[in-house]
Amino acid sequence: MEIKLLYYLVPSLIMFCCGLYGFLTRKNMIAMLISLELMLNAVDINFTVINRYIFPDSKEGMIFTLFAIAIAAAETALAIAIIINLYRVTKKVETDEASQLKG
Amino acid sequence: MEIMYTIVALAIIIFSILTVTTRKILRSATYLLFTLFAAAIIYFMMDYEFLGGVQIAVYAGGIVVLFVFSILLTTSPGSNSEKLTNRRVWWGILAAVCTAGVTGWALLSRCAEIFATKPAMADYTMQDLGEDMLSTGHGGYLLPFEAISVLLLACIIGAVAVARKR
Amino acid sequence: MEPIIPILILCLPLLGFLVLGLLGPKMSHKAAGWYGVLSIGTVMVLAYITAITYFFSGAPEFILDGTRLQYVVFNQDWLNFYKDLTIRIGFLLDPISALMLVVITTISFCVHLYSLGYMEGEKGFQRYYAFLQLFSFSMLGLVVATNIFQMYIFWELVGASSYLLIGFYYQRPSAVSASKKAFIVTRFADLGFLIGILILSYYTGTFNFTDLTGSVLANGSSVNNLITPGVVASLKFGGASFMGCSLLTWALVLIFMGGMGKSAMLPLHIWLPDAMEGPTPVSALIHAATMVVAGVYLVARLFPLYLMEEAALLFITVVGAITAFYAAVVACTQVDIKRVLAFSTISQIAFMMVSLGVARPEIHEGLGYMASMFHLFTHAMFKALLFLGAGALIHAVHSNDYTAMGGLRKYMPITHITFLIGCLAIAGIPPFSGFFSKDEILSACYENNFIWGAWMSMVAGLTAFYMFRLYYLIFWWDEPDYGHHKPHDAPWPMSLPLIFLALVSCVAGFIPFGEFVTWNGEPYHIHINWVGVAIPSIVIAVLAIALATFMYRKKNPLPDKVAKATGALWTAAHHRFYWDEIYMFITHKIIFNLICKPIAWFDRHIIDGTMDGLAWCAQRLSITIRPLQSGNVQSYVYVYLFGALLLGGVTAAVVLL
Repeated sequence: MEIKLLYYLVPSLIMFCCGLYGFLTRKNMIAMLISLELMLNAVDINFTVINRYIFPDSKEGMIFTLFAIAIAAAETALAIAIIINLYRVTKKVETDEASQLKG
Repeated sequence: MEIMYTIVALAIIIFSILTVTTRKILRSATYLLFTLFAAAIIYFMMDYEFLGGVQIAVYAGGIVVLFVFSILLTTSPGSNSEKLTNRRVWWGILAAVCTAGVTGWALLSRCAEIFATKPAMADYTMQDLGEDMLSTGHGGYLLPFEAISVLLLACIIGAVAVARKR
Repeated sequence: MEPIIPILILCLPLLGFLVLGLLGPKMSHKAAGWYGVLSIGTVMVLAYITAITYFFSGAPEFILDGTRLQYVVFNQDWLNFYKDLTIRIGFLLDPISALMLVVITTISFCVHLYSLGYMEGEKGFQRYYAFLQLFSFSMLGLVVATNIFQMYIFWELVGASSYLLIGFYYQRPSAVSASKKAFIVTRFADLGFLIGILILSYYTGTFNFTDLTGSVLANGSSVNNLITPGVVASLKFGGASFMGCSLLTWALVLIFMGGMGKSAMLPLHIWLPDAMEGPTPVSALIHAATMVVAGVYLVARLFPLYLMEEAALLFITVVGAITAFYAAVVACTQVDIKRVLAFSTISQIAFMMVSLGVARPEIHEGLGYMASMFHLFTHAMFKALLFLGAGALIHAVHSNDYTAMGGLRKYMPITHITFLIGCLAIAGIPPFSGFFSKDEILSACYENNFIWGAWMSMVAGLTAFYMFRLYYLIFWWDEPDYGHHKPHDAPWPMSLPLIFLALVSCVAGFIPFGEFVTWNGEPYHIHINWVGVAIPSIVIAVLAIALATFMYRKKNPLPDKVAKATGALWTAAHHRFYWDEIYMFITHKIIFNLICKPIAWFDRHIIDGTMDGLAWCAQRLSITIRPLQSGNVQSYVYVYLFGALLLGGVTAAVVLL
């Protein structure tokens, strides 16, 4: 059996939807961040797979993924720094509780 | 190859679902780790060895460790997150299914492309990648490379400033 | 002529205003006062130099074949809107502006010096001097204006600075309301002035006096042949007319309305008596010599244009004649000595107006114009003298009313003599200056029409009567109890201007005025018509003085009897014929109720209501949609997702179908 492009896209779609579901339902901010990572990875997979199957001679998708990983790492680090800081103040990591910043 | 694919695809689906459904946050992070490994394997299967390596090193090695540390810092071990209300869950599922539906529909509208098979690809060595990253011509990525480095620097400073003890 | 002296004439008072206004509080009273005196003294010297150069140098740009010319020293573009609408600031020298330079700076200098004594120790002394400087600046700018718009600008500046000066004692409610009254009334009149300017300049296409009138003056030809360029400009009016009068008449009458406001002609005179709330030297400066003659000056400045419209001149004559009589009658019954002088001023200004109104080039070569300017000059001197004398009296007895005075000739000899000279001058007794100028005015009136002459002679008699009534009531009559502090003559800064002005009043009449100032620049040789005019008017004046002597020299019940006998007339005159009450009735009862209140209602309920309604709607709306901005990220994501799915779905549908 030849592995078609679609076969890669379907798991990644499921992964994305799972991430979305998690992001929408979870209250814990770290769990939300984890869901975000899922979504990001699903998109990364799409980039690379489509790049590889449809435009094998160019490298844009792959390099874009590389950059996305770097940015995701930075973003995660920063988000976690904020969450921990918030935790220091409120002793909570739930989104409902973090309303001081609203002013 | 097919067997490998089946395992990877199943792992992605199962561990993704588990990541977002488990009520223990530490487990959620662990399942995420498996999902990320599966994604790395896909990259290897696509012949992008370097990308797979980065995925494992940065994601699996860096980010997940960060997650685990922060989880351990912010939650007492063994505690469950509270049970989600039904309403919230159903709304989430509805949103996810709708997204899947729309996206799937969009996918199906491209019948020709989605049934493409994997074509052959010229070998893409580390040296080519390095030259692409540092070249300014067509297919060169010096500018985003530099932008990312500046961004990372800003993130480091920001993270230090935010997390520093007063 | 080098423009440096004219520029200095304008700039020094302005500089003085800025220096005293900004640095005044840091100066001592003495420094501020002397700075003001020196500044205006310098300006006076410069103005004299300018006037002497103009009149006596005989340079070809000033005089040609015995005809005096208009000379523009400089004329700088100031507001350049577009080619046809450029407003310039300049310096015009001609006989009347040179005359006014001399008059204004002289009186202003006297007042500055006099105020050193009069205002000594007052709070806001520096502010007072700053305002005086501003006023002098505005007035000088007004008289040297090269175009009607510059005149208007300075005209308004004069109004503003007189507002400041009248309201100098701003803690006093009466002073505040007087200053507001002066400002509003003159401002209302200036509305007419502005409309007149717009009509005039719209049809003639120019603001410049030299274009409007100058060519008439320059070549000295008669207006009647309608060939000079200045006259041709007016022909552009064509046959345009409005409500039966030509537009030129309308424009000139409206411009005269501005003059009526500033010169306190009936019915816009009501501000002047109240303006006596200001310090007395200010009254001398503003209400005797300078600001109130601005209206006369305006008419004189545009005189060649007025000559083309007999209707406008007739209007001026009628207004002036009525005002002169009215003010003279009222002056006979006032108690406050400054108000007597104020009404006397109104009456005398009206003399000048009548004189301008009856002037015709075909009758006696425009004698009235010369007489008007002559009277302006002499009146400025002796009226300033009278006001400053009144100031000295008020300074001595601390009251404005003659009832608090009497028998003062023993205590204040200098004031007495100078005041007497002023009274003789205004009454028209030779050889004092008022005789000569008033005689010329009466001659001009008789030349025009016997009715005007007879009327003005009667007013002149009244003038003599009320001035001597005032004189006797102050210096003779019965001596009230002055207590321990006997009144005494004022210190030298106050006495010196009095003596100086008295001397001028004695000799000014012998100036051959007609050689210098005439309407077309050609010299006019004054010759007094002794038999026809001079002797009768002297007889009238002497009779009036005799009557005043008889009634008021010693305390007696006669004045009360006369007041009782005339009854209603006396009461009405005492209340100034109820003009203020009429104005109050018109403004409060009619205008406020019929116009202002409906407008206020409309403003409050319709306009404000609309705005309030809009604000209310916006508020309700914002309160309604505020929960959307909950701060909950997940709800945002739902919204975002909904939009994204919709967009994706639509795109996919478009691609698929």
